[in-house]
Amino acid sequence: MLIRTSRNNSSPGVKSSEITPESVYLNRRQLLRAAGISGAATLLPGVASADDIPARYKRIPDVRKSSFSTDAEPTSFDDVTSYNNFYEFGTDKSDPSAYSGAFKPLPWSVRIDGEAELTGTFTLEDILAPHAQEERIYRMRCVEAWSMVVPWVGIPLGDLLQRFKPTSKAKYVAFETVVRPAQMPGQKRATLPWPYREGLRMDEAMHPLTILATGLYGVDLPNQNGAPLRLIVPWKYGFKSIKSIVGISFTEDEPYTTWNDLAPNEYGFYANVNPEVDHPRWSQARERPIGGGFFAAKVPTQMFNGYAEQVAGLYKGMDLTRYF
Amino acid sequence: MSFPTTRQTRLIVKPIWFAACLSPFLWLLLNAFEFAGPGLGADPIEAVQDFMGEWGLRMLLLTLALTPLRQLTGRAWIIQLRRMTGLFALFYIGVHFLNYVTLDQGFAWSVILEDILERPFITLGAIALLAMIPLGITSTNGWRRRLGRKWNTLHRLVYPIAILGCWHFWWQVKEDITEPAIYVAILAVLLGFRLYHHRKNRAATAAS
Repeated sequence: MLIRTSRNNSSPGVKSSEITPESVYLNRRQLLRAAGISGAATLLPGVASADDIPARYKRIPDVRKSSFSTDAEPTSFDDVTSYNNFYEFGTDKSDPSAYSGAFKPLPWSVRIDGEAELTGTFTLEDILAPHAQEERIYRMRCVEAWSMVVPWVGIPLGDLLQRFKPTSKAKYVAFETVVRPAQMPGQKRATLPWPYREGLRMDEAMHPLTILATGLYGVDLPNQNGAPLRLIVPWKYGFKSIKSIVGISFTEDEPYTTWNDLAPNEYGFYANVNPEVDHPRWSQARERPIGGGFFAAKVPTQMFNGYAEQVAGLYKGMDLTRYF
Repeated sequence: MSFPTTRQTRLIVKPIWFAACLSPFLWLLLNAFEFAGPGLGADPIEAVQDFMGEWGLRMLLLTLALTPLRQLTGRAWIIQLRRMTGLFALFYIGVHFLNYVTLDQGFAWSVILEDILERPFITLGAIALLAMIPLGITSTNGWRRRLGRKWNTLHRLVYPIAILGCWHFWWQVKEDITEPAIYVAILAVLLGFRLYHHRKNRAATAAS
């Protein structure tokens, strides 16, 4: 059974066999565009091969819609799950989907510690049970100047964090990715100093846009997308949206973040999407939307990735060139 | 018995070598139009950029490897492949640049200029490509005759070009420098070989 979570206008009484498969429906404009172009675009996989999302992905039940979702067209499921930066599985974009097969996201626990009244290690079930899963269709902008629109499924991070009663000393939230070289072949080399770590200021973590994602396209997160639990902060560059989280800490001081440690002049703590602040080695003024094929023109990057209305207030008075 | 003769080189070896040098590009086309292979993935423009750049660098290093190969094996006909290989390097790098200007930047000249002037790794790449152009133009027999000994001096530009190419690659990579490091290692061996022979020849001429 397909769960129609968003924009299908079908009335009740339509047979589920008549419902257009999601990936065809959401790619319909690409299919039409492709039909007008000879050669490359017509035969691109993920566009012409309008398969349902593979049955091996488990559907998430009872996903609610959210007003925070964009109505931009999502990037295809194929592209979202095959073009990834997840160095734990290798540094090529195709490595995570190719080499994450052995990764077992369940059973999973998350360690909560630091400046909070309630700390400890909690199973994924305990973490998620009290929360309703929402669909959040968000723009995702990588620091490398490409972007996607991804229909995530998740829970607001703020709702989760409040359960642990952070104290007034908790000014930041730190996150940590799992270390499992046996299941994550990229970790056999010290490409990055494992574990991957990231962090947010408390107000960023509590912001209604910030979610912990458990799925995408209505199914459990594929391994290459950060199964079973990852952060999504849509107004920041993608490397802030840490994947496969095993640890959440409430801290007093600004936490260690991996890319900032590796190249502090290139990757800042805040990493807000900002077309006016270039990366030292490339411009951030434009981005390539993934899925457009050969003729996808770069589009102008929006301040805070288009979420300025919701988040600009967090940075009032802050010099964003200095705090990049 | 001397294989191959000049005629055999021209009619058999060089066409085979031509096909071999062209085959990566043909493979790229097959993937781009979905006739074979895994395709170019979600960002085909970046895939083309990376592919052509890497093969351009490989052709460059291959060109530099031919003289040492000839010296090591004593087979003179190897040198006859050098011009073709060098021109293929120019071809791959030329398409690498064209892809950048057309598909990647969409002829946005002010952005391209800004990139070349403000992004150091692109500055290096642009200089290297610029330096390859006179080498390509003077690659003909006519020019070689016309320039005489100056031709050899001009074509020594291939050494800084190869260095800039490897540097451009190294500085382009975000974090994992494994691949650029391999190219640098190979280049170091090839240049070291030349330096060694240059010193040996100097010593020999000095002694005589």
